[in-house]
Amino acid sequence: MEQVSSISGRAIPLGLKNVDTDVIIPAHWLKTVSREGLGKGAFETIRQAPGNPFDVEDFAGAPILIAGDNFGCGSSREHAAWAMLDMGLTAVIAPSFSDIFSGNAFKNGILAVELPQEQVDRLLEVAKDHPITIDLENQVVTTPFQDRFAFEVDPFRKHCLLNGLDEIGLTLERDAAIETHERARADSLPWLDAPTRNRREHA
Amino acid sequence: MASKPRTLYEKIWDAHVVERQDDGTCLVYIDRHLVHEVTSPQAFEALRLAGRKVRRPDLTLAVPDHNLPTTPRTAPDGSRLPIADKQSAAQLAALEANAPAFGIDYIDAFAPEQGIVHVVGPEQGFSLPGTTIVCGDSHTAAHGGIGALAFGIGTSEVEHVLATQTLLLRPSKTMEVRVEGELSPGVTPKDLILHIIGVIGTAGGTGYVIEYRGEVFEKMSVEGRLTVCNMSIEGGARAGLIAPDQTVFDYLKGRPYAPQGEAWDKAVDWWRSLVTDDGAQFDKSVVIDAADIEPTVSWGTSPEDVVAIGGTVPSPAVFEDAAKREAVAKSLDYMGLAPGTPMEQVKVENIFIGSCTNSRIEDLRAAAEVLKGRKKAASVRWAIAVPGSGLVKRQAEEEGLDRIFTDAGFEWREPGCSACLAMNPDKVPPGERCASTSNRNFVGRQGPGARTHLLSPAMAAAAAVTGHLTDVRKLMGE
Repeated sequence: MEQVSSISGRAIPLGLKNVDTDVIIPAHWLKTVSREGLGKGAFETIRQAPGNPFDVEDFAGAPILIAGDNFGCGSSREHAAWAMLDMGLTAVIAPSFSDIFSGNAFKNGILAVELPQEQVDRLLEVAKDHPITIDLENQVVTTPFQDRFAFEVDPFRKHCLLNGLDEIGLTLERDAAIETHERARADSLPWLDAPTRNRREHA
Repeated sequence: MASKPRTLYEKIWDAHVVERQDDGTCLVYIDRHLVHEVTSPQAFEALRLAGRKVRRPDLTLAVPDHNLPTTPRTAPDGSRLPIADKQSAAQLAALEANAPAFGIDYIDAFAPEQGIVHVVGPEQGFSLPGTTIVCGDSHTAAHGGIGALAFGIGTSEVEHVLATQTLLLRPSKTMEVRVEGELSPGVTPKDLILHIIGVIGTAGGTGYVIEYRGEVFEKMSVEGRLTVCNMSIEGGARAGLIAPDQTVFDYLKGRPYAPQGEAWDKAVDWWRSLVTDDGAQFDKSVVIDAADIEPTVSWGTSPEDVVAIGGTVPSPAVFEDAAKREAVAKSLDYMGLAPGTPMEQVKVENIFIGSCTNSRIEDLRAAAEVLKGRKKAASVRWAIAVPGSGLVKRQAEEEGLDRIFTDAGFEWREPGCSACLAMNPDKVPPGERCASTSNRNFVGRQGPGARTHLLSPAMAAAAAVTGHLTDVRKLMGE
């Protein structure tokens, strides 16, 4: 994972509530075996409408998206995060996120910043004409005005993002602990191992 | 000293924590990993690039489901038909190559056991009570119906599980959804879960694991429990579960991947302990009166947009929240519905009976019971029944259900995810409506511009017969 510390720039004021992952990237784009190139399909149904915020010239290449409640609900498809990255989005601000999406965002170095609705409303207003800054280190969102909105972030995720850590690499270092767990499990719940053997014996 | 009373979720969670970090993040062991073709190719590719192996191929099972056409897969001479869509074919070929390359058990597209991953897991006895089960698919929540802690994961997590058989997670909050009383005749598990989502809202369960409690669930079949837990994610909860009991044990006994003999007895002993202790605390509790629930349908583009079949399309004005008012107005525009329209007047041109929510034998029986001796309305252009697995299909055929469907004007298809998300050729045309037993009514879910009404299999059958959304109770006992 690449290091992430601070993101500054224009923010697309989408504002919509319950933006589901089918809206972020429709299913017909999921037939790929790659993580690349999904930006073309990102927010396809929204972008078909004339005057949609994604295609306003000012927001070309904007790194931040501002949305409503429950962003990323629905499917577990990580293609949603890949599609957003591919169109240049590296942060989303919303009052709440679905659990699976916020995990997928984090794994791809996308900041999912939760702020109360009234602060999101203020940012939606500011974003029309001005840039926004998200400072992960200090956990604060600022505008060119006096706004300073503090946000919460999972300490482990913050640590991984700031240091660009690879979770799988970290877990592989815990191999001894995993082996200990597996041995204890094999003693107490032995039927959990090798279910494929049961299948062969049933046959 | 007596230990602190725990919920079912806490018991399963505690049994799987490998390590707890100081910041509260836990390394959690995963007992069962189901893999399908859509969310796995990038994970296998990353393993390959990093020179990593699959830690426990014996705990991993792969089956294709999303892309497969549901039309016949073999020619009359028995030869295998190619898949016309090149991208779908490539994705399916990737799984077919990756599974053996990494030593993973693979059920291929032509095996009688092939089906939707969430139908196959319990049906094969691969999914077991008290286990942690993951899959790169949000409807993994379904397996909670047999008393497993089961949830969907993204592709990076698929890769993490393949490489380490663990995930880094924080414990969820616990929510109890307690249903009191009994369901009325004609009201099914699908109506129940649609009603529950209408009550808690599509984000109501975010951050929670739901435990469904009450006599309704104790009396419910395994198929019904899988339907209820399946849609937990539509209420925002990554997982939903129901305490395993004799109904579950009887369902699992003798299934191919399930333990046998002495191991089975030991397993059942442990499974019996998997209940929420008296006095255990939930972080949130929702109580539902079963008597309030009627056959339920969706009217909008979020699974929380539901109403009893006797109701009407709501007006945006009745919603207090301004953002919701705007969302409802947009939904109604997309759905082509005017506020105040009685749901029973909504005409449908397409019927889809299938998906990981409602494609098991009971679902097909419920629909067939309504369709028996009847025909679909002439205005219904397309009606398909898609069994959840080859074994469900075979059993349905043994019971003669396929004939009931085809006599009624339905197409009887091969198993797969099909028109639930329209990744394969099964799509609802733009602007047309579909009465669908699937789980999501999102914009474009069943095809660009398609309009979805979620309902139960019996209700879908009723809509097929009349050509409009219909209270199935009017067709029962006639």
